[in-house]
Amino acid sequence: MKVSEMLVRAELKQVAGESGNGNEIQGVYIGDLLSLVMSRALEGNLWITIQAHENIVAVASLVDVSAIVVAEGIHVEVDTIAKANELDIPIFESKASAFELSKTMIELGIQ
Amino acid sequence: MTEEIVASFDYQIEKDDFKIAGSASSHIKKILKQLGLPNPLVRRASIIAYELEINLVIHTVGGAMHLEVHPNCVVISTEDMGPGIEDVDQAMTEGYSTANDTAREMGFGAGMGLPNIRRCSDEFSIRSTFGTGTWIRSEIHVG
Repeated sequence: MKVSEMLVRAELKQVAGESGNGNEIQGVYIGDLLSLVMSRALEGNLWITIQAHENIVAVASLVDVSAIVVAEGIHVEVDTIAKANELDIPIFESKASAFELSKTMIELGIQ
Repeated sequence: MTEEIVASFDYQIEKDDFKIAGSASSHIKKILKQLGLPNPLVRRASIIAYELEINLVIHTVGGAMHLEVHPNCVVISTEDMGPGIEDVDQAMTEGYSTANDTAREMGFGAGMGLPNIRRCSDEFSIRSTFGTGTWIRSEIHVG
């Protein structure tokens, strides 16, 4: 499923990286420790996290995740948005928890 | 390792500069992709470069990262100006970290950096003198 289709069906608020909405989502990774994300997230994963600072964009770009969802109503920082737009990494904000978000993704058929 | 160098780049990494942390690693990834190296190798090199870069930002007074691409291997190394690692064996243990609270709140300091680098390397070496600095060399074989 493409990011563009997921975002409509999951009703997420996109804050950055629209040019990456053609990325294909394959599976989900949930994590806030960046070293673990670096070593465990797979290419194409949708990454759910509560980190919102600029460095999540570097991590996402280095491991080629398809998009980032920042959970729990945490607002993404302005610098993060600018960096994500530059590197074409879609970022979404959601009030839902990582658990609720993963249930939604499974309902959408992302596994 | 052959003497022929396909590409070589140097990066200066500043202490506590979280804003641009990851830029050098992103550049290294870009170069390796442009050279047509296989994706699994590029991924391993990206992880190594990022962990090395973050280590310089969090744990040192600043230092240099160096990329050298040879026909049969990729070498990423760092050299910093201190403060050095008191107990290298302990620093290589998964979960052990001396990162401060700010770094931990940002999701760094999981104690996974050096173990991740070693795991992704075909050859890995580290030398540190407490009070002086640390030198790390990671090599990935091509093919």
